[in-house]
Amino acid sequence: MNRKQRKMLIRILVAAALMVVIRVLYAFLGEGEDVAIKEPFWFLMYMVPYLTVGYDILRKAVKGIRNRQVFDENFLMAVATVGVIALALIKKNGDYTDGIAVMLFYQVGELFQSYAVGKSRRSISALMDIRPDYANLEKDGEIEQVDPDEVEPGSIIVVKPGEKVPIDGVIIDGKTTLNTSALTGESVPREADVNDEIISGCINLTGVIRVRTTKAFGESTVSKILELVESSSSRKSRSENFISRFAKYYTPIVCFSALALALLPPVVLLILGKAPRWGMWVYRALTFLVISCPCALVISIPLTFFAGIGGASRAGVLVKGSNYLEQLAKTGIVAMDKTGTMTKGVFEVYGIHHSTMDGAKLLEIAAHAECFSTHPIALSIRRAYVTGQMWGIDEATGETVLLSSDSENVHTIAKERVGSVEEIGGNGIAALVDGHEVVIGNARLMERYGVEYIPCHHVGTIVHVAIDGAYAGHILISDVVKPTAAQAIREMHEAGIRKTVVLTGDAKAAAEAVAKELGVDEVRSELLPADKVTAVEELLARKSAREVLAFVGDGINDAPVLSRADIGIAMGALGSDAAIEAADVVLMDDDPVKIAKAIRIARKCMRIVKENIIFALGIKVLCLLLGAFGIANMLMAIFADVGVMVLAVLNAIRALYVDSV
Amino acid sequence: MKKSYKIDVDCANCANKMEEAANKTAGVKNAVVNFMALKMDVEFEDGADVKAVMKDVLKNCKKVEDDCEIFL
Repeated sequence: MNRKQRKMLIRILVAAALMVVIRVLYAFLGEGEDVAIKEPFWFLMYMVPYLTVGYDILRKAVKGIRNRQVFDENFLMAVATVGVIALALIKKNGDYTDGIAVMLFYQVGELFQSYAVGKSRRSISALMDIRPDYANLEKDGEIEQVDPDEVEPGSIIVVKPGEKVPIDGVIIDGKTTLNTSALTGESVPREADVNDEIISGCINLTGVIRVRTTKAFGESTVSKILELVESSSSRKSRSENFISRFAKYYTPIVCFSALALALLPPVVLLILGKAPRWGMWVYRALTFLVISCPCALVISIPLTFFAGIGGASRAGVLVKGSNYLEQLAKTGIVAMDKTGTMTKGVFEVYGIHHSTMDGAKLLEIAAHAECFSTHPIALSIRRAYVTGQMWGIDEATGETVLLSSDSENVHTIAKERVGSVEEIGGNGIAALVDGHEVVIGNARLMERYGVEYIPCHHVGTIVHVAIDGAYAGHILISDVVKPTAAQAIREMHEAGIRKTVVLTGDAKAAAEAVAKELGVDEVRSELLPADKVTAVEELLARKSAREVLAFVGDGINDAPVLSRADIGIAMGALGSDAAIEAADVVLMDDDPVKIAKAIRIARKCMRIVKENIIFALGIKVLCLLLGAFGIANMLMAIFADVGVMVLAVLNAIRALYVDSV
Repeated sequence: MKKSYKIDVDCANCANKMEEAANKTAGVKNAVVNFMALKMDVEFEDGADVKAVMKDVLKNCKKVEDDCEIFL
């Protein structure tokens, strides 16, 4: 509790104690015919606790009237309590406790609300506590702690175990594991070695590393993310705007209804020739005012969005505003880019077929033959050889798996084993490896050298290898589907996505093979980047207006599509500024399962918003009716008001918990 | 030009009132108050004197909600 809240608590306690004491004294000294102390005294006595607990409300109400901002909850409370006390004064029954109790409970509710909001505010800022406090700058061999802002790009910084990486950079010395969970929600630590790029905001776990910074602090990932998160709830959702508009009209309407309730029935009764019972109707009108306080709604809706956005960022899903969270919840169609989103976007050796020798040996020869080439295919063959990683499709499940990872055995390419190398324009390479003549390339190259080759029925790029004029087999290279891609599509369907569409520039056969493997509903192939916008526009035109189309891309050359779709989701955004700029929702890591997770988080948040609106309004309307018919008295009214608010706030805080969503 | 200010205010409705007051201030193009983050993002008209405008914003906010504060 802060100072203000503690002061409020003391005021509430003091006023409550005073009220009880006065009530007891009144029972002994003030009641009955033959009383020792007369009425005006009790009135003054009761005013002490009333003013103690409610003076600020009265002051605000007066100030509001003076500034022509009449109708707000302070006004409601002031009118209701002053009205009840005035009634007691007129009736001379000495019963002022009603008015004081109402003010007391109202203040208890306000205190609780302020406490709950402060608490969730703190817990959300603690979640996003990735801002580094300092950087260990290395200068002339000495290490100095400085503000991260003062470190210039290209400086050397040292990050010790347990510290946050303050600035983006490249490791130049040391080896460690990094905890990226604050950024990505991923709890498995990431390995990092010399020459690896590391991003700020990660926590260094095991080893001391020296890092050469590549960016200034303001441009680093951590600053970008904090900026995004901090400004996120400034974009208001339609529900929030609805509530603030609602509050504006609601209070005046209620005030005039209360006035009508106080005046009309007695007048009608008078006309009918019956007793008007002014007191009773005024009391009912005042009860009506107390019930109508809109605080439960006004506080719980923004709080729900705030908690939802906070919870999502903990799961590695950054949502740029409440309005996007609202849109995301309505998603019915997900269009996604293939390369980089569903696939890794890097070409990997997928298999070695029809090899006349050991597959690894063939790969070794191919890697050496290609050792001077900078072609992406050559790079992937060399990488496969050096790291020993090979991918393939698991026959049983149909999913892409890492078949072998011979990381124990690190290979190196010995360039001295390679003799004359000849590039054969666009078709491949002829080279002398270990004295053997190796021809490596596509089918046309094989035909040119008169080698009989075996065509491959798999989808991808086929690299044939011939050694000394004899066919030695081929290497299949393909863009690897992410291991969780099929699961991601399944989860999207389970989350209620009506249609999933893959957009790709790949050839039809390749695209359809991947689509089938993943289980997507529709595939659009052979699209140029500009065609993707057209394809999305076509999908947009065909869907119903209530449904939202989300586009998922990796932010590399699909920024126009990201902004054209109803909601653009960029993934694998760690370190990609362009994606963070262009998208409405940013998935921090590149796991496509997060798409469904983001949608589920949004749905949960919107469900809570709806629950709160219906619950708060429903109870209000019910109590208003009860109050108007005289079934609920004022104490019940204030209990209903504070109780609804407490429940709505507690419900709102549920949006923060997203682990099991 | 856009600037962000820390604010202090007690209730969500009061934050809405501050937002309204800030938006009515001359020199402010658009103002958004974020109650949960206790922040006010103000977009100024071109050529506006930021300091003077913010003084007015604070004055107008105090008028509608005297318990509020903007840390300039």
